[in-house]
Amino acid sequence: MDHVSTIEATQAIVTLDVPLPGIIWGWMITLNMWAKSIGTGVILVGAYLLYRHKKEDMPNLRWLMPLISFVALNVFLLFTLLDLHQPLRMVNIFLHPHWTSAITVGAWMASLFTLLITIMALIGFFDEFKDVRKHCVLAKSVRAISGFYEGIFPFVVLLAFPVTMYTAIIMAEASARELWAAPAEIIQMLLAAFMVGSASLILISGKWSDGARRDLAWILGLSVLFSFLMYMGEYFFSFKASEVEATLEYVHSGGAYYTQFWTAMVLGYIIPFFISMSSVKNYSRVLMKFAALTTLIGLYLAKSTWLEIPQMLSLS
Amino acid sequence: MKLGFLVDLNLCMGCKGCEIACKVENEVPLSSWRLRVKYIDIGTFPDTSRSFTPLRCNHCESAPCERICPVSALHYLDNGIVNIDSSRCIGCAGCMMACPYGAIYMDPESNTADKCTYCAHRIEGGLMPACVVACPVEANIFGDIEDETSQISHYITAHQGDVQVRKPEKHTDPKHFYVGGGNQTLNPLAHERIEGYGLFNNITHLKEIGDPHHSMLDRFLAPIFGGHNDHLKNESFVDMSNDASHEEGGH
Repeated sequence: MDHVSTIEATQAIVTLDVPLPGIIWGWMITLNMWAKSIGTGVILVGAYLLYRHKKEDMPNLRWLMPLISFVALNVFLLFTLLDLHQPLRMVNIFLHPHWTSAITVGAWMASLFTLLITIMALIGFFDEFKDVRKHCVLAKSVRAISGFYEGIFPFVVLLAFPVTMYTAIIMAEASARELWAAPAEIIQMLLAAFMVGSASLILISGKWSDGARRDLAWILGLSVLFSFLMYMGEYFFSFKASEVEATLEYVHSGGAYYTQFWTAMVLGYIIPFFISMSSVKNYSRVLMKFAALTTLIGLYLAKSTWLEIPQMLSLS
Repeated sequence: MKLGFLVDLNLCMGCKGCEIACKVENEVPLSSWRLRVKYIDIGTFPDTSRSFTPLRCNHCESAPCERICPVSALHYLDNGIVNIDSSRCIGCAGCMMACPYGAIYMDPESNTADKCTYCAHRIEGGLMPACVVACPVEANIFGDIEDETSQISHYITAHQGDVQVRKPEKHTDPKHFYVGGGNQTLNPLAHERIEGYGLFNNITHLKEIGDPHHSMLDRFLAPIFGGHNDHLKNESFVDMSNDASHEEGGH
């Protein structure tokens, strides 16, 4: 037993304990956060583009923006539900809400947001395809309230901000995990929304004006840059908090999380930054679509790493 | 009234009687513990010592689990106990993520969060918690910390300077105290888990949190593809596959 001599006299060792719980919030919650970032991000980025450019510069934005958001939000809601151990009791959040919980506040806001996005998606779709279901009562009713789209859009944009950020508050309320600090996570959530929001819109921007596409490149480039800098700050300068440092040891020490984290940084941040910055001057559709795809993959991996490593640390 | 708990670690001999009593009293299922006793060794042979630390819910006055629970399944009782209403729990595991002490588990039978309630049902009937009754050395002291004449208040007064709580920096204001504890026993960052140094087994991890087949997808797919039959076997909850330390000549 050579290894006995390597243990210092002052080092305490656990010699009997129960099994450790391991990952509690796993890939479903990662997917939940990733999909929500797309769902709100396309609205935030779309709103900025509509403020800066004419509608004619982005002909498919009016119907595809809410449609992408609708699909992403439904993925988010589906996996939120599937991750519950008692999914059918989800209704208790509405029947017995506890308002100090960011989960409750978030569920209410996300539900309202999804409802409004559904209305916008329906209006956008039936306005775009005027021949579809001409005699359908639902389609007729939706087309009759076409102006409602522009009416609720400012409110939807405002609501997109808290819907984007509330998951960061949930993570902050999870006070057992010090890596998830509210200010940093809130900013990261917003940046993530701008990252994947712009990435998603890049994929549908084939017929858009040069100006709108360049704006997308700017948004993607700047959001990945600032998000990357925040990750690097936390990665290299976490020594003030011993628990955070112990958590990041799962990445620092090599192994699966190290590979996953740096793959995420390269795919989601470094590659898109250089491509989007070069595309500001000379826009390349192919390269920008490639950057959009790597951003989407990279963000998922980054979120997954950051979600799982604090759960590896034994709390007691 | 504010009920509190104190464990005198100088008295605890690690018999795990409290752990078993709790399991039996509360019908805690396989792979789950409301109360556990952790063994920690320190020093180099022959100058070694072993300490035993019973760990349970701290019934914090500012409980993060109560704050994050979206449906108030976790709630305060008038006597200070942080109680849980399993019938309301949606199983989001937010409380498990919020509790700084890792004291909450997902019950694999009910698929709801659960934890130590200081045996609230026994207290209501005028009884002491099961772990207090089972302790052969009276290391568990339970009572009203707002009552100056209670045993726990006397104990805290008599051991001023040696009464500690776990993770005070979390500002949860725990109502669970330790006498005779130190950084190495109460701070999880101050001790290590090294493979091959366990007394009876290796470091093991739960495979699943709660019922391995809890999800809605499983409920649809299980009748077709099977999978529910093994849901109460211990192997489905605990990953025992890593036995490398035995080969290395571990304990």
